[in-house]
Amino acid sequence: MSNENEKTLGEVLRLQGITRRGFLKFCAATTSLMALPPAMVSRVAEALENARRPSVIWLSFQECTGCTESLTRSHSPTIEGLIFNAISLDYHHTLQAASGTAAEEARKQAMQDNYGKYILVVDGSIPQANPQYSTIAGVSNLDMLEETAKGAAAIVAVGSCASFGGIPHAHPNPTGAVAVSDIIKDKPIINVSGCPPIPVVISGVLAQYLTFGSIPELDELHRPLAFYGKAIHDRCYRRPFYDKGLFAESFDDEGAKKGWCLYKLGCKGPTTYNACATTKWNEGTSFPIESGHPCLGCSQPDFWDGGGFYKALSIPTENITRNIIYASAAGIAAGVAVGVMNKAKKARANKSHQKTTIDDLKK
Amino acid sequence: MSASFEKGINTFKEQIDAPVATFFSSCVHCGMCAEACPFYTETGDPSRTPITKVEPLRRIWKQEYTLLGRLGKLFGLGKSVTDEMLTEWETLVYDSCTLCGRCSMICPVGNDITYMIRKTREGMALSGHAPEGLIGATTRAITIGSPMGVKLPALEAQIRHVEKELGYTVPVDVEGADYLQLLSSMEIMNFPEFISAIARIFQHAGVSWTISSKAFEATNSGIQIGVSEIAAELVERVVKAATELKVKYVISPECGHAYTAIRWEGPNLIGRPFDFKVVHILELLDELRSAGRLQTSGKESRRLTYHDPCQIARRGGVVQQPRNLLNEVAANFVEMPDAGAMNWCCGAGGGVSANERADELRLKAFKRKKQQLEEVQPEALVSACSNCRIQLEDGLEENEMDISVLSLTEIIAEHLLDRKQQEGQQP
Amino acid sequence: MTEVEFLIWVRGPGFQIATVIFVVGILLRLFEILMMGRKVNLAEPKGSEMAGGMRTIMTRSLHLAATGSSAYSQTAGYIFHIGLFVTILLFAPHILVFQEVFGVKWPSLPTTAIDAITVITIITMFAVLAHRLQNPVIRFLSTFDDYFAWFVTLLPLVTGYLAFHRIGLPAPSLLAIHILSVELLMVVFPFTKLTHAFTLFLARWYNGAISGYRGVES
Repeated sequence: MSNENEKTLGEVLRLQGITRRGFLKFCAATTSLMALPPAMVSRVAEALENARRPSVIWLSFQECTGCTESLTRSHSPTIEGLIFNAISLDYHHTLQAASGTAAEEARKQAMQDNYGKYILVVDGSIPQANPQYSTIAGVSNLDMLEETAKGAAAIVAVGSCASFGGIPHAHPNPTGAVAVSDIIKDKPIINVSGCPPIPVVISGVLAQYLTFGSIPELDELHRPLAFYGKAIHDRCYRRPFYDKGLFAESFDDEGAKKGWCLYKLGCKGPTTYNACATTKWNEGTSFPIESGHPCLGCSQPDFWDGGGFYKALSIPTENITRNIIYASAAGIAAGVAVGVMNKAKKARANKSHQKTTIDDLKK
Repeated sequence: MSASFEKGINTFKEQIDAPVATFFSSCVHCGMCAEACPFYTETGDPSRTPITKVEPLRRIWKQEYTLLGRLGKLFGLGKSVTDEMLTEWETLVYDSCTLCGRCSMICPVGNDITYMIRKTREGMALSGHAPEGLIGATTRAITIGSPMGVKLPALEAQIRHVEKELGYTVPVDVEGADYLQLLSSMEIMNFPEFISAIARIFQHAGVSWTISSKAFEATNSGIQIGVSEIAAELVERVVKAATELKVKYVISPECGHAYTAIRWEGPNLIGRPFDFKVVHILELLDELRSAGRLQTSGKESRRLTYHDPCQIARRGGVVQQPRNLLNEVAANFVEMPDAGAMNWCCGAGGGVSANERADELRLKAFKRKKQQLEEVQPEALVSACSNCRIQLEDGLEENEMDISVLSLTEIIAEHLLDRKQQEGQQP
Repeated sequence: MTEVEFLIWVRGPGFQIATVIFVVGILLRLFEILMMGRKVNLAEPKGSEMAGGMRTIMTRSLHLAATGSSAYSQTAGYIFHIGLFVTILLFAPHILVFQEVFGVKWPSLPTTAIDAITVITIITMFAVLAHRLQNPVIRFLSTFDDYFAWFVTLLPLVTGYLAFHRIGLPAPSLLAIHILSVELLMVVFPFTKLTHAFTLFLARWYNGAISGYRGVES
């Protein structure tokens, strides 16, 4: 990989047979994905054309590799796939050829050569309960993260596990899993959440960073606003059914077959921010709601403990009816008690009553 | 024995029942009761809002009979009733209220505020906060037998006068008569023509009736001042006389609160049902009319309108009867706006006219009646309550309005078909 | 507490607490007032108490003032009460709550209608407050309870609107705040004038019964 570091992204793409036209099409799509005005396309193209391939170190901690699968699962040579030839992916468990000490050496070398300039990508959560729950080459995730973060220019936490703790963080969180941002406080972090995140969201974030050399605008959870600025509910194609009050009551019922809103089946669309409803998955094929399953809210923190996948957002999470029955019994008992006290007081007042005559009208 | 603050508070506690508690739980402070009350509409004084009048009762309810109120009282929180407050409230509970009942009809959550004001008077009176005028009237009612101090000789004099005029006797203390006629002091002293009128009507219709020399007073000051035991004593006198004379019915005359006292409160005051029925004179007259026993001739040509006395119409259920009767004897009868159960109070019932301190206020309240009259422009105003009559005359005079005030019973009597004359005319 | 923990709490223990306090409070109040009892009426009736009472429960809603401050109170009152009923009972996510707790459901209105009615209701609530502050009688009568009851009734409307439109804060927080505002309303309900929602039927009944006994329709 080392002498390819010297080529610019533009040179690499041309070597691969990508036409200028194809390249510009990609730049236009990426620009619009980032919600930048069309005038920026040439700037994006120029930046990507001349981009030197920065070093990227990818650390995988308590993860399922789903994020990598999502990113790289492209069945045709797409631009997204090739863009990763434009970054020098110097360390990645799943994708790298090297293993063992050679792999670790490669990582350390890359860190040294590009100190202060490399991008650190993390997927998976970091266990805090006992660092030995997850180690790489004998080094705990915690130590490796802290060590590698020191020389990073920026950190991209890919997937909900790295962004928020994800599935390992779910109750009772036996490993004490935490997010990257719970550990690293002194570096810019971009959370690209989702379980997994959408491929083009990753490439869009990287493209932005490559173009502008700066972090995109982030929401309060440090997710790029360009992709996480709107709730699924705001862009969902089934929204008109919600508004009209047409809901699927159960899976595969008439409403479900007609593609009605899945709110009653527990859809978390209204409280989930992601680009699924517009960008979709598998290069725009579909997304969970379109396939008939309510959104799980996987790009939100603690989505696994978020009240139940199949319980609608407005419904209480606990059994209220039983408590109402108990409360009614208690209320009646308390009411009768106070009622008895009242009657007793009134009876005492009646008893204290002295016969009134006209002599009792003045003091 | 005398009135005391403690007695008053104890009485408030006694007066609270489920309806009172429900009403206070429901009040949302919408202020609509104010616009139903002539004492507010004609003065613009927010403290005369009906629900404000019962604030002492509400505070006792809250502090004594609600969980939150009891807790508040424990910690020295919450509003209490003080003697100063009761002094302040005297003019609200007595001078500014005739117990007319309009507020109870208007309240959107259904509060019977009148019911509560009546109960508030119980506590006010026993704490020594009833008006002088009413205390005097009540004392006279108990000791003399009439709030105006009318004694039997005065009544007997009026009766002799009527007998002379008519040429036949007015039955007094006739055992076994069907009807016992009561009279209000106001009628005996100011409108004795009423006695003549009923004598003529009963003669015409063949009604078996009598007056009692032991219990002739219809007015119940106890109701007005709001002391149930005194009111009960006054009712017992009538019940005793009615029982002794073995009558089937007791007739309440043209007086508003007298009807309320004997018809609705009576049995509850003495704690047992009556063994006779109670009717208002208008109810009896209408019964006679529909049975064909009351035949009239000729009609009043003057433009007439009718003032519904509150206790007879809205609080008594006698709404249609006066209209049936008027239609027999009036050619030009027009209704005023809000006629019927929602008519406006004259301003002087419920003890207000016995309270000199309230003279100015009741004439202000009359202005609401004045508005109604200005809209209908009658030549004469008919009613069936002597107290209303006095107030209406006072008010019309004060406002320089040239409208005659007439009694419905007297108009009927004037138009009675003279059968003798008719028979004499038949071939 | 994180955003998600807050939302789960209000949907879980928060709702339980609020429901228990509401149910106990209302039942306590009802028994507290009804057990005071009523003396038997020994006078001869002119009409039926039950018929009068039941009738007044309905007809009292039709005693409409033509002019004046009463007309304003009634008009604004009807608008915001109907608005409350519609937004609470005819919005699909709310109906789901009733279905979950009581097992009954009914059709919903389109969200565009609910949205518009919410706005109208909020505006009317402010109109009602303005009236309370300006009108001499109503201002004279008003206590802390009146203003507080107004506030806890307004809050779910406003927070619901913000939650629906996702304005100002992330959606999970907005939803949690809305649910919390409803729980606040439930918790204070039995201890404020809001009990009129239950007791007005009883009050109207007593009123109609008393009048009906006397042969008068009230």
